Amino acid sequence: MSSTNASTLRRRTDRFGYVFVAPAAVCFLAFLAIPILYALYVSVRREQVVGLGLGEGGRHQEWAGLRNYAQVLADPEFLGSAGRVLLYGLVLVPVMLGLALLFALLLDSKRARLRRIARITIFLPYAVPAVISSLLWGFLYLPGTSPFHFVADALGGSLPDVLSPQLVLLAIANIGIWGGTGFNMVVLYTSLRSVPGELYEAATLDGCSELQIALRVKVPMILPSLIMTCVFSIIATLQVFAEPMLLRPLTSSISTTWSPLMLIYKDAFTENDIYSASAGSVLVALATFVISFGFLRLVRGQAFAQEER
Amino acid sequence: MSTSAIPATGPSAGTTARPAATARSSRGGRPVDGRSAPSGGVGAERPSILATAVLLLGALYCLLPVVWVLVAASKSPDELFSTFTLAPSTHLIENLRDLFAYRDGLFVRWAGNTVLYAVGGALVSTVVSAAAGYGLALFDFRGKKLFFNVILAGVLLPAVILAVPQYLLFAEVGLANTYWAVLLPSILNPYGIYLARIYAGASIPREMIEAARTDGAGELRIFARFAVPMMMPGLVTVFLFQFVGVWNNYMLPYIMLGDDSLFPITVGLSTLMNQGASQPAMYTTVVTGALVSILPLIALFLLLQRYWQSDLTGGAVKG
Repeated sequence: MSSTNASTLRRRTDRFGYVFVAPAAVCFLAFLAIPILYALYVSVRREQVVGLGLGEGGRHQEWAGLRNYAQVLADPEFLGSAGRVLLYGLVLVPVMLGLALLFALLLDSKRARLRRIARITIFLPYAVPAVISSLLWGFLYLPGTSPFHFVADALGGSLPDVLSPQLVLLAIANIGIWGGTGFNMVVLYTSLRSVPGELYEAATLDGCSELQIALRVKVPMILPSLIMTCVFSIIATLQVFAEPMLLRPLTSSISTTWSPLMLIYKDAFTENDIYSASAGSVLVALATFVISFGFLRLVRGQAFAQEER
Repeated sequence: MSTSAIPATGPSAGTTARPAATARSSRGGRPVDGRSAPSGGVGAERPSILATAVLLLGALYCLLPVVWVLVAASKSPDELFSTFTLAPSTHLIENLRDLFAYRDGLFVRWAGNTVLYAVGGALVSTVVSAAAGYGLALFDFRGKKLFFNVILAGVLLPAVILAVPQYLLFAEVGLANTYWAVLLPSILNPYGIYLARIYAGASIPREMIEAARTDGAGELRIFARFAVPMMMPGLVTVFLFQFVGVWNNYMLPYIMLGDDSLFPITVGLSTLMNQGASQPAMYTTVVTGALVSILPLIALFLLLQRYWQSDLTGGAVKG
């Protein structure tokens, strides 16, 4: 686009750029920028009840400064939900991406049989939305309908209840792993396929074993893809909502404030406290930015040093 | 570089000369066998039982819930909790009849709503993303860099965080609890815009656009007649991403909609699930509904599989 031709025709056509981006810009403003600004605005307001709080003038809004934020950050329910989700992410992201990478490397190594069938089957869960996978896994967890419990009972043993308070976090993480592994596997596999073959040739001539090639050549080559899948997984993790909501009817181990979004939902619609809900939304968005940018910074030097080959 | 969709940045010189569209559909950006021969002769190709076993275990794990729902949907409500969970029964037809008869075909309505939200929302979203990507890739205008950076920040913003403020604003203008409340927010897809820009940059030859201009074709016509067809394989991917995004988004319709005749399948099934605690027969309806809703999707995914071979991260290196 560094054309030196600055004719009027050029400038006239370039103005059409605005026409093409206009619909996206309008949507961006209406459904992203304005809601964020509105959430910021509401998050620093509060409702004051006048007298008995009845009638038109019974309630009015006023400036609250950062009080809603202080309140949310001091709320043991919010802190508890944040802690659970961080732990959930620490389980989910490494296990899911580890499996995705393992499967992608196996698909790429050509030593496994039935690769095509395996690839398609492992990708299949991506077609199942979180709501439906949660209710399917819910039944698989429930002792009354679980095949694992049935087999264990038949053998005279017993299995721990994964919906118990101690294990329910793993039960929820498993749903995420099930749903996300295949998609990430396809992303990493596609990335592996675009690595030039000559690199392997050289490594093989140098006497590297296949495992060494995988770890020292393939993984570093697809590091940018691994990093991006990691960032997207972290963002998705912090928003967990459907899985615990759907498992709730099956167990008493999941409170109405299990995850930060569930707490925000409860604040906004059960307690009618849109001020705390907005402050909570802003905090979760901030935390997401901090964690994903922090992660990118952390790995960046490494990743892009690899790219500068 | 991690993508087959951008042959120009790909490492394989052999494919760079080909148009992006054909390079994409060959699924790799390099010939399938291009590496197997040089990468270690006979030894490296020796089949490994362990490797096969690990992949099959993964496949089994992924199939388990699908097999379970196939079997469970064939059971009567009594059998669901009494017979062995993977032993099929004979009540599938009855269960389907009950599902479709439930409250005068409410489930069919949910299915229709889901198609409207996911297909309709993703289609409009793809058109908007394509236009923006084209504008960003082929035009110079003031504020372009800023706009693109803002869009990139939007990619990292968790959309679900917006659901509550979006609801408050939609309620303000009287659009909450309408089809629009779910459709309109689904149009914006920052990640789709980002991908469309990459596809447009990689697949549309500038000279061709200039030539069409010289011939006197209008800008919108050039976009519709030349640019869109060239970007098409990439746009299918953008559409699929957004389709899955909308179909997967539970929180937005859950918050926005109160009237159950507007629900998509996901929200509908979750309300039935909640009723299960008091009426266990409802679980059979839920299970049958789950089966009916995932089967067409699985079929669709298998048909469109090659479009998923593209990248998530293509621009991570380029950008």
